[in-house]
Amino acid sequence: MRAVTTRIASTAAASAAAAGALLPISAYAAGAVDGAVQKQATNVSAIVMFLVFVLFTLGITYWAARRTKSAKDFYAAGGGITGFQNGLAIAGDYMSAASFLGIAGLVYANGFDGLIYSVGFLVGWPIVLFLIAERLRNLGKYTFADVASYRFKQTPIRTLSACGSLATVTFYLIAQMVGAGKLIQLLFGLDYMFAVIIVGVLMIGYVTFGGMLATTWVQIIKAVLLLSGASFMAFMILAKFGFSPEAMFKAAVDVHPKGVAIMSPGAFVSDPVDTISLGLTLMFGTAGLPHILMRFFTVSDAKEARKSVFYATGLIGYFYILTFIIGFGAIVLILGKDANGAYPFLTAAPAEGIKAAVASVIGGTNMAAIHTAHAVGGDLFFGFISAVAFATILAVVAGLTLAGASAVSHDLYASVFARGRVNEADEIRVSKITTVVIGIVSIVLGVAFENQNVAFMVGLAFAIAASTNFPILLMSMFWGKMTTRGAVMGGAIGLISACVMIALGPTVWKAVLGHPTAIVGYANPGVFSIILAFAGIWFFSITDNSAQAQKERRDFEDQYVRSQTGLGAEGASAH
Amino acid sequence: MNQNAQRIVNNPKFQELVTKRSAFAWTLSIAMLVIYFGFILLVAFGKEFLGTPIGSGVTTWGMPIGVVTILSAFILTGIYVYRANGEFDELNRQILEETK
Repeated sequence: MRAVTTRIASTAAASAAAAGALLPISAYAAGAVDGAVQKQATNVSAIVMFLVFVLFTLGITYWAARRTKSAKDFYAAGGGITGFQNGLAIAGDYMSAASFLGIAGLVYANGFDGLIYSVGFLVGWPIVLFLIAERLRNLGKYTFADVASYRFKQTPIRTLSACGSLATVTFYLIAQMVGAGKLIQLLFGLDYMFAVIIVGVLMIGYVTFGGMLATTWVQIIKAVLLLSGASFMAFMILAKFGFSPEAMFKAAVDVHPKGVAIMSPGAFVSDPVDTISLGLTLMFGTAGLPHILMRFFTVSDAKEARKSVFYATGLIGYFYILTFIIGFGAIVLILGKDANGAYPFLTAAPAEGIKAAVASVIGGTNMAAIHTAHAVGGDLFFGFISAVAFATILAVVAGLTLAGASAVSHDLYASVFARGRVNEADEIRVSKITTVVIGIVSIVLGVAFENQNVAFMVGLAFAIAASTNFPILLMSMFWGKMTTRGAVMGGAIGLISACVMIALGPTVWKAVLGHPTAIVGYANPGVFSIILAFAGIWFFSITDNSAQAQKERRDFEDQYVRSQTGLGAEGASAH
Repeated sequence: MNQNAQRIVNNPKFQELVTKRSAFAWTLSIAMLVIYFGFILLVAFGKEFLGTPIGSGVTTWGMPIGVVTILSAFILTGIYVYRANGEFDELNRQILEETK
């Protein structure tokens, strides 16, 4: 089964060229592992440790399955997750394999610029806390559509929200599946197909049997393992430099081909409009991701919901600082000579007197963090980090799958199709069937997209979340004059404009479809599609004077009181 | 309108809670936006400044500024949670108590 590992410089250079070409659009490094990869030697210790993780998480799923009886258990872990646990789980959803490997790799290749990504991915969280978290917890039950449709006509809003959720989940899932396939070749030295099937089958198992409880605990365990591993790496790197960042930066500048340029912003921000647009998309997209919004229903009340975001923000921020240190450590450990005067992680040693090229790292820049683990912790730790990196994908896809299945069972089936006349057992059954379908579909899509450029998909997922889910959700909670018509029209305008502008923009029209120039000049159309969505909601609401609209406006005050005080909110457990 | 909700709306403490908490939440949100977009604008238009070494070393001003931007997100959430889970939740508890 094992292909001969190709470690020739030309292949590495080709993959680096691909990575370089992707740089302006790989702003979603935290969601996709992209660029060409070469299969590495079989990594037995990593495979063994990954199997231990799988066995352990299956044990948890068995435990969770016995405690998962009602719909509330299945969708919201019975509402019994604590703020700290939920904070870890939310942080886990965010610390994907690609944000660990991708951001460390970006710092390794470009230095300071990696920090700009990290900041963009983090700052959405305080906004989520200040404006959304407690209202969401007070109003909702299982999905964000519960909140968005609170006082409106159920059918249109639930349908649109479910479309927004499913679109977000699908694009995110494809990127994760393809990422898994690439990672398994790099980390375990196994075939692409293995990864897609393992991930698909395990996520079906976690979600159908263990529901939200298992999904949450798999995510928590992974978050703890990843944070511990990354902390150890950063500690060992800093220890090499007597805990002086200055000494570390100095050593990095000495060996990096870009020299002192890695200490300042480079070409990352070439167009301020695009960058601000990216910032808005990341910020509001975070607040519109269905699998993350769902987590706010797993805690007992608004107080715990607030604490979750506080812990999550701290953990994510800490993690990004660690990846920054790891990236700089990687520069020194990969591009510099080791104790024996050799370059163990380069495809070929550089000629005397010439600095090693960034691209000559074995396996491409995504492997920078993994090689660094090898250098600071030896074979066993290298295996551990590889296993954890792969486990992260598993945990993230389980959450995505549950969010997708809930959109189908709770929003489409129970509310739209059966108009609320449905019993819990049927609803859960539909959810489990949907989970199996999503699992199979993502295996098929993972295979179909193996050789496609999927870098744009996470961007698309964020853009849809920011331009459809978020505006409807925010306005429904804050603006009493909003009506069903406004929500549907505004949400649809946001969805369509985001998809069309990305399809005609540089990431799809040029990079995927191969046209010489893009029709839309911006890689991140968020600033336009988000404004269009809000404007659409506003315009089609104020011009709506139907009897239904009048009623919806009168109902706002009830919703407002509940959102502020938690009066009548879902309790910790229905039973 | 729901009777309990009506009584809550008429409670001056509810108006106090909503006014205070909203003002606080929006202030912190704007603070976060100013810090973040300030950072992005510095990256776009203040490359020279961010790339200036601190003292005689290689560490540039960009490093602490980037790290402080990350820390500010955490600190702002901490400030909000401290006040919301203490002062505001106490007020909220009183409102719900008086509605019973």
